[in-house]
Amino acid sequence: MTGALRFLEHHAVLYRRTWKGTIFVSFVSPLLFLAAMGLGLGSLISSGPVRTVDGVSYLAFLAPGLLAATTMQTAYVETTYPIIAKIQWLRTYDGMLATPLTIGNVVAGEISWLAFRLTMVATIFFLVMILFGTIHAALAPLAILVAILTGLAFGAPILAFTATQRTDNAFSVIGRFIITPLFLLGGAFFPIHQLPQLLQGIAWLTPLAHGVALARGLTTGRITSSAGVDALVLLAYATLGIIAANITMRRRLSK
Amino acid sequence: MAAPPIRSNALIHARGLSKRFDKLLAVDAIDFDVERGEAFGFLGPNGAGKTSTMRMIGCVSAPSGGELSVLGMNPITDGPRIRARLGVVPQADTLDMELRVEENLFTYARYFDMPRDLARRRTRELLEFVQLSDRAKDEVEPLSGGMKRRLTIARALVNEPELLLLDEPTTGLDPQARHLVWDRLYRLKQRGVTIVLTTHYMDEAEQLCDRLVVMDKAKIVASGSPRKLIDQYSTREVLELRFSIDAPPSLDGKFEGLADRVEVLPDRVLLYTQDGEAAAAALHGRGVQPESTLVRRSTLEDVFLRLTGRSLIE
Amino acid sequence: MIATLSARRRAQPPAIDRAAHLVERNTILYRRNWLLIVSGFLEPLLYLLAIGFGVGALVGSSIVLNGRPIPYAVFVAPAMMASSAMNGAIYETAFNFFFKLKYVKLYDAVLATPLGVADVALGEIAWALFRGTLYAAGFIIVMVALGLVRSWWSLLAVPAAMLLGFTFAAVGTAAATFVRNWQDFDLVLIVMIPLFLFSATFYPITLYPGPLQAVVQLSPLYHGVNLLRSLTTGSIGPSLVFDLVYLVLLGAAGLAVAATRLERMLLK
Repeated sequence: MTGALRFLEHHAVLYRRTWKGTIFVSFVSPLLFLAAMGLGLGSLISSGPVRTVDGVSYLAFLAPGLLAATTMQTAYVETTYPIIAKIQWLRTYDGMLATPLTIGNVVAGEISWLAFRLTMVATIFFLVMILFGTIHAALAPLAILVAILTGLAFGAPILAFTATQRTDNAFSVIGRFIITPLFLLGGAFFPIHQLPQLLQGIAWLTPLAHGVALARGLTTGRITSSAGVDALVLLAYATLGIIAANITMRRRLSK
Repeated sequence: MAAPPIRSNALIHARGLSKRFDKLLAVDAIDFDVERGEAFGFLGPNGAGKTSTMRMIGCVSAPSGGELSVLGMNPITDGPRIRARLGVVPQADTLDMELRVEENLFTYARYFDMPRDLARRRTRELLEFVQLSDRAKDEVEPLSGGMKRRLTIARALVNEPELLLLDEPTTGLDPQARHLVWDRLYRLKQRGVTIVLTTHYMDEAEQLCDRLVVMDKAKIVASGSPRKLIDQYSTREVLELRFSIDAPPSLDGKFEGLADRVEVLPDRVLLYTQDGEAAAAALHGRGVQPESTLVRRSTLEDVFLRLTGRSLIE
Repeated sequence: MIATLSARRRAQPPAIDRAAHLVERNTILYRRNWLLIVSGFLEPLLYLLAIGFGVGALVGSSIVLNGRPIPYAVFVAPAMMASSAMNGAIYETAFNFFFKLKYVKLYDAVLATPLGVADVALGEIAWALFRGTLYAAGFIIVMVALGLVRSWWSLLAVPAAMLLGFTFAAVGTAAATFVRNWQDFDLVLIVMIPLFLFSATFYPITLYPGPLQAVVQLSPLYHGVNLLRSLTTGSIGPSLVFDLVYLVLLGAAGLAVAATRLERMLLK
């Protein structure tokens, strides 16, 4: 049995690593992406037909988008494989629940841990942005909060979903069919209004587009009139996600 | 230079066989022959060099010195041809965890270049033989230790090997699972399959082996049938005595003339004698009051103790 | 005696029919997980759409090739094809191979059969190549459909992607023999992500300052990108020979390292 656990644990770790390696994602990866795409590609764009994107340089446009997209990825990584490992493979929660801890404590604990990881990732990313000189507004540090909220808006619903799963099969599907497409097409790399009408509609249904728009407004100093709506959407996703996670975890762990 | 073919009727023939890993001499110039149709055992504690010897026979480890022929061929130059006729049950199961139970056997049969129809038939037969037919479509991981071991044995039989190598076939299994494995191995022996196994369980060696060698510290220290080894190196019976740990009595001179040999172990005293009951009675007459006494027949454990001064399982 | 024996010890040469059985094992596994194979095609496609068209709209035709400006998507598509060949080969070898080598000990069981270490290496690399070829063929069809192919030379793009796949599969297998635990894979990623971003994938190498151009030239992916881009845009030049030689040599070196180290690890 210990062999089985070790096997599955490593299996879980394998997929986490292939997703990108958590530490690497949080610092080196944004640094490289901003250098390669923001600076390199940015220099092409500055001599292209539009020169600026939504009124700012491509680097200034890209950086806050990547900030929000990165916390989305972190939230996905943290709420899939490690969680099912604790529910199903390592049975960590069973051990915890044999103590005075309640299921509510467990969910609150996981959400707090996620928030902590997101804070770390977002703060490091923000420092990289300062390094690249892409911070143009006094309210910019609020973008860290927006990024954390974006991460929670993805992480909490995914956590709720993970609690319903028996195997890890669905996670790579979420990664490939939701997270990666959103990362690439969800407004971080180019304005959403370039997408076909239908895809634009879909994009605005997800938290990422709102997180990107809000973070971008804050760091570029061009806060749009829909900022309030963006914030509400993020809050709604996160809150409903936490409620759902409480329900599904309770169903799963109190058999 | 090409190796001269080694002529011998033995299925495995080894002279001065050695294996060295950097500074460690794992197998030190051992000689043995395994004849067709017999069950041959390597008995010894962990680290005695049994697994290294098995890996050399299995052509996955090159000897560092000496002669070795397997099925009349040279393991270094004829590896693939020898392995085609061997069945190997390694110490760890090494099953293909990504494949289902029946797929494990089917793909393994294909590694031996067996036609697909035949591979499918062998898979069915072997699952039947190791009593896993109802788990054919299952994942491997949830199987119990005993089931995994049986599947590994089935896998080793897929090419109908002339020679079956088993490295610690029942280590880690519960008693019931061990007996099931022994039963299957016994049937194979009846069918004339030559079996070579390593074990550190004396009961396993006694149950399965026609002939065995006792290995210790890379060398063979004795060889023969289990019966012959016991006759040669031990007495008919053994009297086991346990004394109170809090107040161990002085035993100086108390065993004089009662036994051929006395072994004082940390937890008990062993008296090797032809008549255990008589020795116990005599001891009682001398005023020795052990907490418990037990008279039993000699086993390979006693042979090992005699030869090395140590127990098989530490 | 010891001396003569070790002198006689030599590696069992590979045989295609034996290696083929390992490929068959992988097809049996993936018959159940075909969705996993298909979805591997999605990521490079998304990159093509996002970067080629999404970002491409911002870039316009500011890239000049052979004296005429070309749409950005035409420029970036072959680079995405090359990157996906690299990713596919590395994931299949470095990650999956390591998993089978160290954790499920698959090869210990395989080597008890007539298959030898060289057969194992050949079989796994062939499988990685097979997958890579599937993706490359699919990708080039998408490129044709989107009008991103500018030359009949593109017919050679699939074999070129296979070569790139071979190079990275060989290097990945060699890398897997050095990996001690999962944490070490972060090192693999620390190499792969910069390769992906800085191998003239998103913009011409000429955009880099002179000394940096020399560094980029060291990247095997750069040579793969250059090769595929030359073929799909039809700008064939003598530099292709250099790209080919570089990829072949690196692949051969990776294979040699992998075979030697595996022999030592598995046949102690």
